[in-house]
Amino acid sequence: MAAGRVGIVGVGMTKQRSSRRDVTGVELINEAVRAALDDAGIKRKEIDAVVIGNMDHFEGINYVDTWSVDGSGALGKPVMKMTTGGTTGSTVAMGAYYHVASGMFDRVLAIGWEKNSESDTTGAIITAFDPFWDRPTFAGAVAGLALEATLYMSETGATEEDAAYIAVRDRRHALNNPYAHLKMDAKIEDIMATPYLSWPVKLGDMCPRTDGACAVVFSSEAAVAEFPNPPAWVHGVADRHLWAYTSDPYVNQKVVGGTWFPAMERATEELYRKVGITDPLEQIDVAELYLPYSFAGLRYMESLGFCERGGGPALVRSGETDMGGRCPVNPSGGVMSSNAIGATGLLRVAEAALQVQGRAGDRQVPDVKLALATGFGGCYWSDELVLGKDKPEKVRG
Amino acid sequence: MAVSQPVPKKEYIVIDSGDLEQPFRWSAGSYGSRFLTEIRDEKKFIGIRCPKCGKVYVPMRRVCGPCYAEMTELVPVSDEGRIVTYSVVSFGFVDPSTGQQKPVPYGYAAIHLDGADSYLLHFVDETDPAKIKPGDRVKAVFEEDGKRTGSLLDIKYFEIQR
Repeated sequence: MAAGRVGIVGVGMTKQRSSRRDVTGVELINEAVRAALDDAGIKRKEIDAVVIGNMDHFEGINYVDTWSVDGSGALGKPVMKMTTGGTTGSTVAMGAYYHVASGMFDRVLAIGWEKNSESDTTGAIITAFDPFWDRPTFAGAVAGLALEATLYMSETGATEEDAAYIAVRDRRHALNNPYAHLKMDAKIEDIMATPYLSWPVKLGDMCPRTDGACAVVFSSEAAVAEFPNPPAWVHGVADRHLWAYTSDPYVNQKVVGGTWFPAMERATEELYRKVGITDPLEQIDVAELYLPYSFAGLRYMESLGFCERGGGPALVRSGETDMGGRCPVNPSGGVMSSNAIGATGLLRVAEAALQVQGRAGDRQVPDVKLALATGFGGCYWSDELVLGKDKPEKVRG
Repeated sequence: MAVSQPVPKKEYIVIDSGDLEQPFRWSAGSYGSRFLTEIRDEKKFIGIRCPKCGKVYVPMRRVCGPCYAEMTELVPVSDEGRIVTYSVVSFGFVDPSTGQQKPVPYGYAAIHLDGADSYLLHFVDETDPAKIKPGDRVKAVFEEDGKRTGSLLDIKYFEIQR
């Protein structure tokens, strides 16, 4: 099915910080929205519809679509809330894209935000899961990811030091990003010296808890000339959600699918087919990946087709994913440096757009033509988008 | 008359949600209740089999997602199995079921029960990761008689068979 061509024409983000007690949720949202509208060079009244998302359980305040309308700019406009767990921000981006690609709206604002400082993140995450079969024994994302890390190491021989490389890389990249939360020029030994949270995952391997917001303006092809920024064109999107219970991903890896991460692999296969990518390391110039913890930076490279299964450690240690490599990963510092969860997936899309537009400042990768952005969350859900500098000939829905 | 500008950082007001409770009442359904009463009354596991692919799921669910088939056939499943992957949880967090900090450290594993095709995430009786490995045999240890309530926590933990 054909889809309308859509460009990203403005982005706004707050500085990502451990705690923003100086603002309420709506004030935080408004900071990002004002920045995005200013960046796009348009007024609130020109926005046709708003898509917004976060996860209510992190703040304990429901219905952001309702109470944020003053700050989000949605007052008197069509507004839709989207919440899909960790992928919320990338789903919000895809939802805004669908609004415009459908031909029903020309200028749509996507907003993702979170104030993770307002609750115990792990406790809140647990409430997203089944009260009979998951909650009694589930310990949230950290322990769930630790099970994945153990399995990955036992099957490939990857080491904790390999994972620490990712933590070092992304937080070093964050030094170039004035909006990033955790920035550090650490060494692998520094990460290895941090305490275990849930063996084999250490404090230094995990993303932080962050307060922050992000907003992105999507434009139809017809309206794109109204905006001063060059558009970052959406070349394609894909997503997969395969599991119900927290133990299901391990079943799929070991029994059902026999692959590492079927949701990401199937989304990737569809996305690359739509966009015409056969050699991602060669064709994709930069990737903003939702890496919730360090080991993901090894394994996801395999599921995204950048290397063979088990080849993640060798690929990243070759330096090809560092700034200056063939496909730098997370020039922004990524999720390992900032994780305001509802904003996180949208920040990947915003950062990919800035790279494609050549507006990423000190974190700019030279000559970006194609950028990959991903979202990860829920029960191993995978959202993926490719943005490009050139207008795509045709976009497949 | 003008009022002064917003307060400085040291005066920011933050309120706690307090000790209020908003209880929920969740239904396990007739099949989920069957699984839980079997554990409570018999200290045994039962699973449910997909009529299309034949996979046995533990714990209960009514639809095999990949086949999109309704499942109705209950089958016995062993209280023993093997560890697929594991961790030792040592960070503090609030258990939303109790509102209290979860006692740490504890062993945690995806367990493949004999006769099942899905896994169960549960506790294991080992907190030294060097003493656990994938493939280790485990056996369920249940709460004592009179203390089981019809919950996944009627299984206290899985004991590693050494």
